[in-house]
Amino acid sequence: MSGSGSTGPEPGGPTEVDARRLRCPAPVLRAAAASRTLPPGSLLRVRATDPAAAVDLPAWARMRGHALVSVERGEDDVVVLVRLAG
Amino acid sequence: MRDVEPSDAPTRAVLDVAGHAPLRPRARAALLEALDQGWADPRRLYAEARQARLLLDGAREAIAAAVGARTEEVDLFGTHTAALHAAVRAVARGRRRHGADVVVGAVERAAVHAAAAFVAGRGDGAVRTVPVDGSGRVDPDAFVARVGTGTALAALQHANGEVGTLQPVGVVHEAVRRHGVPLLVDAGASLGHVEVGPAWDLLAADAGDWGAPPLGVLVTRAGVRRSPDWPEDEDRWSPGGVAVPLALAAAVALQDAAADRVRADRHRRALVDVVRARVAAEVPDVAVVGDPDDRLPHVVTFSCLYVDGEALVTRLDRLGLGVGSGSACTSSALEPSHVLAAMGVLTHGNVRVSLPVDVRAEDVHRLCDVLPAVVAQVRTDAGAAGL
Repeated sequence: MSGSGSTGPEPGGPTEVDARRLRCPAPVLRAAAASRTLPPGSLLRVRATDPAAAVDLPAWARMRGHALVSVERGEDDVVVLVRLAG
Repeated sequence: MRDVEPSDAPTRAVLDVAGHAPLRPRARAALLEALDQGWADPRRLYAEARQARLLLDGAREAIAAAVGARTEEVDLFGTHTAALHAAVRAVARGRRRHGADVVVGAVERAAVHAAAAFVAGRGDGAVRTVPVDGSGRVDPDAFVARVGTGTALAALQHANGEVGTLQPVGVVHEAVRRHGVPLLVDAGASLGHVEVGPAWDLLAADAGDWGAPPLGVLVTRAGVRRSPDWPEDEDRWSPGGVAVPLALAAAVALQDAAADRVRADRHRRALVDVVRARVAAEVPDVAVVGDPDDRLPHVVTFSCLYVDGEALVTRLDRLGLGVGSGSACTSSALEPSHVLAAMGVLTHGNVRVSLPVDVRAEDVHRLCDVLPAVVAQVRTDAGAAGL
């Protein structure tokens, strides 16, 4: 999987993963791929439109030991912020 | 020339029989017998019609006896969905002076949620949905706290058919009754498999789940206030009634299930324990969900991280194994299972298993044997290996 959906970390800001318009389980795959490139403690922000992502991204974080910082549900998308495990 | 069975043809096993169990032999025999003996219209007045009426009343009597009710409290519907809709509609109509609020558990069947929204919307009421914990169970106190003076009806399933978790219907029924609010208990996944008990005011069930052709059952305790919101019919609660042979098959299958329940429970409960233990131990990154102990004997569900549920179901089918899934990509709707979502567990890569009463142990072991490699292959195909 290419890393085209994520952008490098801005100084101090979270790494962004754009998983909009991707169907399950692709948003979680994108998030997991991006997390592999980052040091422990990094912030990862994933934006998705698939209805399953609002459940599956937090579930992925829990199964992987990452800390769930926030889940913001918008009109037709969800933004999940995760702090990666050490 | 004689056809030779290829020796590598997979033996097929359907491990997904919730709501559509294979016909029990005794139910099949009763169905065929009733097609000959009970074909006439039970509403008419000649001998053949009276014979059909006798069979129909006998079926209702047997179903009533199985759930500890009276014959006149049993109504039959074409489907379980129709039974649930009728229950919610008729009680909401009968109790409209109290209000139009409906209290429901978050993991009720879609038909209950839809009917609750329908009657609440019509009467300017609200649907009060009670959340569940990670095992899929509602908190009794949280449930009862949502019941109030404007509540027309409360609905709590006996057990969840997707994940197997039993609900606290006994304590909820007792508390809800103190408010004078009737409790609809959907036993569509339980009746025929476990003792359902007396903690309900309306009980709904599905003959398709216990080895008859699908048929909706609704039992309404005398004293529950209800009123039809549909046109008058001789069959007041189920307009048009149901086919007599289907009713007889449902009753015979339920008696058969009751007689076989202890054996079927022991047999399947042990095999579900095998699935729970082996999947958790042998498949990496998997969540086996639902209550491990306080559960239906035959239901187990798990979700595999990074896995496309449709690919998983399709590959297992090719290996001769029929399983269900609550993943969004396996349904025509884009939404994943509302049960898994309410529990907060992974919805993708989901496999849902409901074992038939005569499931062969080797088929369950075969599922466990092939799963690690199948999951690994689907993950590799998705580029998820090593994530």
